[in-house]
Amino acid sequence: MRKLLTLLLLVTLLGVAAGCGGDDEEPEADEGAPTGAVDTGAAEPDPCAPEELELVSDGTLTIGTDNPAFPPWFQDAEGAPWDPTTEPTQQGYEAAVAYAVAEELGFSDDQVEWVVVPFAASFRPGPKDFDFDINQISYVPARDEAVDFSDSYYDVEQAVVVLKNSEFADATSLAELSGAKLGAQVGTTSYDAILDTIQPDQDPSVYDRNDDAVNALRNGQIDGMVVDYPTSLFITAVQAPNATTIGRLPAEGQEYFGLVFEEGNPLRDCVNDAIASLRDSGTLDEIAQEWIEGSAPPILE
Amino acid sequence: MTAPGRSRSILVALASTIVFAVVALLAVTNAPGWPEVKRSFFDGDVFSESLSVIPEAFLLNVRIFLIAEAVILVVALGLAILRSLPGPVFFPLRALAVVYADLFRGVPTILVIYLLGFGVPALQISGVPNDPLFWGVVALILVYSAYVSEVYRAGIDSVHPSQEAAARSLGLSRANALRFVVLPQAVRRVIPPLLNDFIGLQKDTALVALLGPVEAFRQSQIEVASTFNYTPYVVTAIIFILLTIPLARLTDWLVARDRRRLLAAGGLR
Amino acid sequence: MSASASALVLEDVHKSFGRNEVLRGIDLTLAPHEVVCLIGASGSGKSTLLRCVNLLEPVDAGRIVVAGAEITSPGTDVNAVRRGIGIVFQAFNLFPHMSVLRNVTLAPTRALGLSRADAEGQALELLERFGLADKRDEYPDRLSGGQQQRVAIVRALAMRPELMLLDEVTSALDPELVAEVLNVIRELAEGGMTMLIATHEMGFARDIADRVCFLDAGLILEEGDPEAIFTAPQEPRTQQFLQRIIDAGRL
Repeated sequence: MRKLLTLLLLVTLLGVAAGCGGDDEEPEADEGAPTGAVDTGAAEPDPCAPEELELVSDGTLTIGTDNPAFPPWFQDAEGAPWDPTTEPTQQGYEAAVAYAVAEELGFSDDQVEWVVVPFAASFRPGPKDFDFDINQISYVPARDEAVDFSDSYYDVEQAVVVLKNSEFADATSLAELSGAKLGAQVGTTSYDAILDTIQPDQDPSVYDRNDDAVNALRNGQIDGMVVDYPTSLFITAVQAPNATTIGRLPAEGQEYFGLVFEEGNPLRDCVNDAIASLRDSGTLDEIAQEWIEGSAPPILE
Repeated sequence: MTAPGRSRSILVALASTIVFAVVALLAVTNAPGWPEVKRSFFDGDVFSESLSVIPEAFLLNVRIFLIAEAVILVVALGLAILRSLPGPVFFPLRALAVVYADLFRGVPTILVIYLLGFGVPALQISGVPNDPLFWGVVALILVYSAYVSEVYRAGIDSVHPSQEAAARSLGLSRANALRFVVLPQAVRRVIPPLLNDFIGLQKDTALVALLGPVEAFRQSQIEVASTFNYTPYVVTAIIFILLTIPLARLTDWLVARDRRRLLAAGGLR
Repeated sequence: MSASASALVLEDVHKSFGRNEVLRGIDLTLAPHEVVCLIGASGSGKSTLLRCVNLLEPVDAGRIVVAGAEITSPGTDVNAVRRGIGIVFQAFNLFPHMSVLRNVTLAPTRALGLSRADAEGQALELLERFGLADKRDEYPDRLSGGQQQRVAIVRALAMRPELMLLDEVTSALDPELVAEVLNVIRELAEGGMTMLIATHEMGFARDIADRVCFLDAGLILEEGDPEAIFTAPQEPRTQQFLQRIIDAGRL
């Protein structure tokens, strides 16, 4: 009996100790407090100058994207998807935009470093290991509560891709797609578009990656997949040449891609300035012309 | 132990369990990161939202494992019997069973699902279905039959040879001895490991989502992605646990019921 | 006596396990209705001999003839042979997952093709005869050792064998349960069943055997009338064996 009581006492003490432990540690960033000191603005120096910025790594602009990074957003020397852990090629729409923004901020090309960030991890709450992420991430209010978005660097449309010999290849309206089995990547605005805009009779199929959806399309396991329009170009050109983009989807507002920043990062405002000047100078248009070509298919109503 | 002695032991055990539980709870809720963890994993609003979609998706998991398990129990038994056929004339069948078990236990389940679910339909052989759900279930059946056949085999080996000897001595054929004497005992002995594999199967039904169908885990993944909250995962975990507990108790009951009989002379030796 | 009139003939039977030759040339003949007891030390080959007779063990050399048919020839229907021979083991080997009644009716229904009703009727008769009728729905774990062994005997009898082999059937029993089993065997003998019995129960053997065979190191060293064997053994090794038994107070 005595032994038992001693044991109970020991356990209680340990438990209280565990509960009290860790009080002297600083709490981790709770709601995304900025990583760096806030510039009081009392002095004259330009808060957006590279040396004034609070960066993940001083003197370097660290940019995140997924692996592999697909055309037309990124590509390697042979026009194939690019691996961010290898030499940057600066080829592809997002690659070009990223380096253009870096240049506007005052960074040279070799001051730019790349890190791999899986799509869904980029807009989760919490501290980041990049200064900004560029990976076809659409602005969504819910996402914006967890991270900060820049202004648009690309106004995006969702597109529907089907096999050329599919019964839906001639569809010209949303109603004609109501009998289709559609698919999209999990957690994307493409998936939301199926449920909100097309509203087909059958539940959509959901895949970890767009590649799996393309496989399913080629196998006839789905009738069509929804993906952003530029990615559909890569899909129909390379991954599934027997597929075609039959149309783009109408949207309530204009969906756009934004660069993603850690919540509260002042770099965002500097980047917005950079994007604005790129737009005004026509550079963004030039980049779009170079990397995203082809006449866009009609909008399905 | 005397009656008062026993009640006191029970009281002490109860008291110490309660103390321990309270202490653990206090330790967790007083940890510095607790408010953040509570918001991320135990959010009340997200919890109730998830309850409106995840249980329905879970019905797909249930369908998958009921169908798969029924087939697995039969296929695995067939494999175990093939493996036990004696004599040189049956060598090819025994070898086939061995290769099958090695192959499907060796390849990771996720790969089998991918290879069958995307690979076979890609062959475009006419008459062969390309439904991802079909191939996902087939993949699970192939993989789990390999594991379960080994469980059966262990059960068959554990029945003392004198049982088969007694049955054969009565003039029963090898097939009848197997069917009426060995297998009934063998299966009863391996109910716990059979249930173990069944519970594993319930979890692995989530792998079918790789091929497109939206089951409970994928649905919770969709919820997590749109809310940035992990509470939907907690909901799915709870549903799976709620399923496992009654099955585990059922196994305990089955084993207890048969143990007494099987321990008699000629049984568990 | 000609071979065709014998119930059982063993001719120069040899059996080895690995390099260990357990039966080194057994010659034995049983007439119908004869009761022969095998005695001998452990390891002398008694069990092996019995297991060879019902083909549980294949012989390495020699012949065995049961009711005129040579069962050691290739192409013999083993199951058919076993249907005609009943064997009871030291460890009872009842099927633990079946009731007593089902234990007894399994082989008659599945191997003899009797209907369930016929098999049960016959089983109940036998159980009644040996005082086990009230145990019909019990499972083996509920029975005493003696009861289990009696059920094992009934199970073998239900196949209506022409020859019964009993392998040390009382050796695993508590002493007070031995008698009930021996009484059953006695009854069978009196009923005219041909039996080959391996046993340590010397008193019993002396009582019911028509002939006693002393097995030593894989050979039948001496055989003959029970009185003769037990009171005046010829071979020295037989004498040694019996002396040890007497010293142990078992004769």
